[in-house]
Amino acid sequence: AAMELQPSHGLASRAATLATAYLCYRRGSPGRALALRSIRRARREDIDDVGHKYHLELVLEDVPDKDSTINCTAEVLYHLGSKNVAPDVQFTLEGELKNTDEADDVFYNQIRSLEKELVAENIPDSHGNVPPEMEPIRRLAWVASGYVIWQNSTENTKFHLAQIKRVKQMKRSDEYLEFDYTILLHEMVSQEIIPWQMTVLWHPHHGVQVTRDSRQPKHTLE
Amino acid sequence: QVLRIKTRNEEQVKQLQLLESLEHLELDFWINPSAAALPVDVRIPAHNVQAVKAFLESQGIAYSILIEDLQAVLDKEKQEMAYSQQRERSSNSFNYGTYHTLDEIYAELDHLASEYSSFVSKLQIGESYEKRPLYVLKFSTGGSDRPAIWLDAGIHSREWVTQASAIWIAKKIASDYGTDPSITSLLNQMDIFLLTVSNPDGYVFTHTTNRMWRKTRSKNAGSFCVGVDPNRNWDAGFGGPGASSNPCSDSYRGPSANSEVEVRSVVNFIKNHGNIKAFLTLHSYSQLLMYPYGYKCTQPADYAELNDLGRAAASSIQSLYGTTFTVGSICTTIYQASGGSIDWSYDYGIKYSFAFELRDTGRYGFVLPASQIIPTAEETWLGLKKIMEHVRDHPY
Repeated sequence: AAMELQPSHGLASRAATLATAYLCYRRGSPGRALALRSIRRARREDIDDVGHKYHLELVLEDVPDKDSTINCTAEVLYHLGSKNVAPDVQFTLEGELKNTDEADDVFYNQIRSLEKELVAENIPDSHGNVPPEMEPIRRLAWVASGYVIWQNSTENTKFHLAQIKRVKQMKRSDEYLEFDYTILLHEMVSQEIIPWQMTVLWHPHHGVQVTRDSRQPKHTLE
Repeated sequence: QVLRIKTRNEEQVKQLQLLESLEHLELDFWINPSAAALPVDVRIPAHNVQAVKAFLESQGIAYSILIEDLQAVLDKEKQEMAYSQQRERSSNSFNYGTYHTLDEIYAELDHLASEYSSFVSKLQIGESYEKRPLYVLKFSTGGSDRPAIWLDAGIHSREWVTQASAIWIAKKIASDYGTDPSITSLLNQMDIFLLTVSNPDGYVFTHTTNRMWRKTRSKNAGSFCVGVDPNRNWDAGFGGPGASSNPCSDSYRGPSANSEVEVRSVVNFIKNHGNIKAFLTLHSYSQLLMYPYGYKCTQPADYAELNDLGRAAASSIQSLYGTTFTVGSICTTIYQASGGSIDWSYDYGIKYSFAFELRDTGRYGFVLPASQIIPTAEETWLGLKKIMEHVRDHPY
């Protein structure tokens, strides 16, 4: 039985945020992050012995180009009971995403030609500033955090990436770029700020991978 | 002194790296030795300058003096900063488009009360846990105990765009009286009370220690964890779902309703005043305009009017920069949350109770770029004004 939800409803918003995070992880890169612009339609289906499934029609924004939007339909299935199983997300994009090969290549070459491994903190800083050269690093964190958010979401959570506390590039002997991030996730329902470590691997024309991630103790902040 | 060293070959780079390892020299490399083609900048404490120069010369390594006397440069910079801060104070050039410290905001409150002294005054309604004053700006053109509107910001300290917007709004109200017909007629009939920083202890903490701090800074008996969520501490469904009983939680409700002096001070003020007709509170982020209830998911008696007014206000907000706000009750729009301020004010009898969640929707979240402060304040003000006009025109 599927029930129509107001697009403004909190439950629709949570499912949409999760779907966007997952999508961003699957399609993002240092040259592209996807963000939720609006929810056009939302329906919720209770499936006996399985869980709750949300059918969503979303409008997404192709960050950094805010004027570039793309429609998307998504289905989010939150499994009954189990805390350890990530929700299932399926999506279909209507149309093509902009090609970011050039921007990705530029970023890749920039990092490869650094004398010393990149290290940075507090992106954005307290005042919301992001140095322009850090924008791809930030988008990469966004994309990777999509994985962490997806793996840790339930019907009672709504996560956003609040800040990158620290990022450190790791030396590699192969062609991949590897970054060790400590990020802060903001969970809206509990209002908690949760530090999270993630090891992120990337190469142009390959997707973003999170090879290791772990929740960090809260006092890491104070 | 700061020297710039130009190495010619790998051998010289190695020499510098050796120098780097000699800790007793207390060398501070601004650009470390890495490749022969790149310059090396190093700050050397005064008492070691001669020794380092002697070493470089003996190795035939070229260098030049980048900064003769670093301390002098720093002293001058400090002086200039103090001077421009002073100029800002005396020439009324408070920059509304940047984030300020508590002291800077408090100084501007004084400035506004002095510049518009005929109808703006500053009241102290209490003290925070750490004994900081809680200051409210009163906008009143006369009368005694006129019906009034309450507006507060920064109850959650990390929501910086709210304190920043509130001080802009204070300036806007003050400067619009006498020029804008709507505000002029509003202030000729009603008073406005504006609490720009509801949680000053938390705000200071976000500047000094943890930018993401939300709660008050009160000590919790029997716990190492500090602070209570001031928006779960009001006497409205207190203890119910949507608030935590764990002192370490960011939504900890506190040991009892009104346990937090920051909350109690507002409650007492409102009760003592006796004629508050609207209770408006600013939060961030999510772009929402909400009415009661949060502690229960049933509709308030005035649902229809509040919903319509909320939609009208959201429409006003959108008219400026296209920013969309979602309208609804707290419970259906975000979550069930007990002990919230507008639930208390509504059940107390203040019909027009609204909570705003300002920009953005998660791209920057709490760390909204300063460049968005004024646009946020401008659009939010249109929504607030719409509500205030309705309150003025619908006395009860």
